[in-house]
Amino acid sequence: MSAIDLIGVLAVGFGAGVASGLVGIGGGVLFVPGLVYFLGQGHLEAEATSLVGVVMVAVAGTVRQRHYGNLRPRDAVEIGLLSPLGVLAGVVVANLVAERALEMGFAAVQVYFAYELVRRARGTRAGGPPLGLSERASG
Amino acid sequence: MPPMSSRFARLAAIATAAGAFSGLFGVGGGTVIVPLLLLWMAYGEREATGTSLMAIALIGALGVAGHAVYGNVDFAKGVLIGLPAIAGVIAGTALQQRVRPAAVSYAFAALLVASAAALAF
Repeated sequence: MSAIDLIGVLAVGFGAGVASGLVGIGGGVLFVPGLVYFLGQGHLEAEATSLVGVVMVAVAGTVRQRHYGNLRPRDAVEIGLLSPLGVLAGVVVANLVAERALEMGFAAVQVYFAYELVRRARGTRAGGPPLGLSERASG
Repeated sequence: MPPMSSRFARLAAIATAAGAFSGLFGVGGGTVIVPLLLLWMAYGEREATGTSLMAIALIGALGVAGHAVYGNVDFAKGVLIGLPAIAGVIAGTALQQRVRPAAVSYAFAALLVASAAALAF
């Protein structure tokens, strides 16, 4: 590994960590290209290896956010432990629907989320769930 | 706070969506978990990101275990990129406490649009 590659991988790791701390993502979206580009991994190997970095950053971020009082551990554990159901569902869906349709579908969902988050942040959207159900009325 | 059954159903839906999308696209579950905690569970921005990270730690650990069985994980390289990321996340969480919560939403919305563009084009 050259010095440039080492500096590159350290910079990508640090940048992914900052993004992770700011917006609560695992950072895999940056780890994977960093591992491919600077450490010469293949895509599958990089996706698998990136998860080591994701776990490290997520554990450290969890400890810090707990310190700041920004953690609901019970909800997090339920989401974490139930997510394998989704992985299985994803495998089933992937075999039923064309990959391009899935990509476009997920892209559309992300744009919709972005729109709703901006509306919420601007105070033009109630804090409750979509589909006309009122969070406050139900709780 | 929604009633218990509704709350559990929503958490299960968030977990399923996060697992499905991360399995399908290799995109971490955070891009699904954070918006849904904000929009469905009436979380604040900082709580949503903190809780998302703890869920991701569990999801990631399950993923590492699964990939390790097939010998695809290079732990040394993972640690090499993970160590500077720990420094980054300490800085990122500290910075997050100093910005307005709405700024976190705007940053997340920008991230989602960029991710959608990468998927679509």
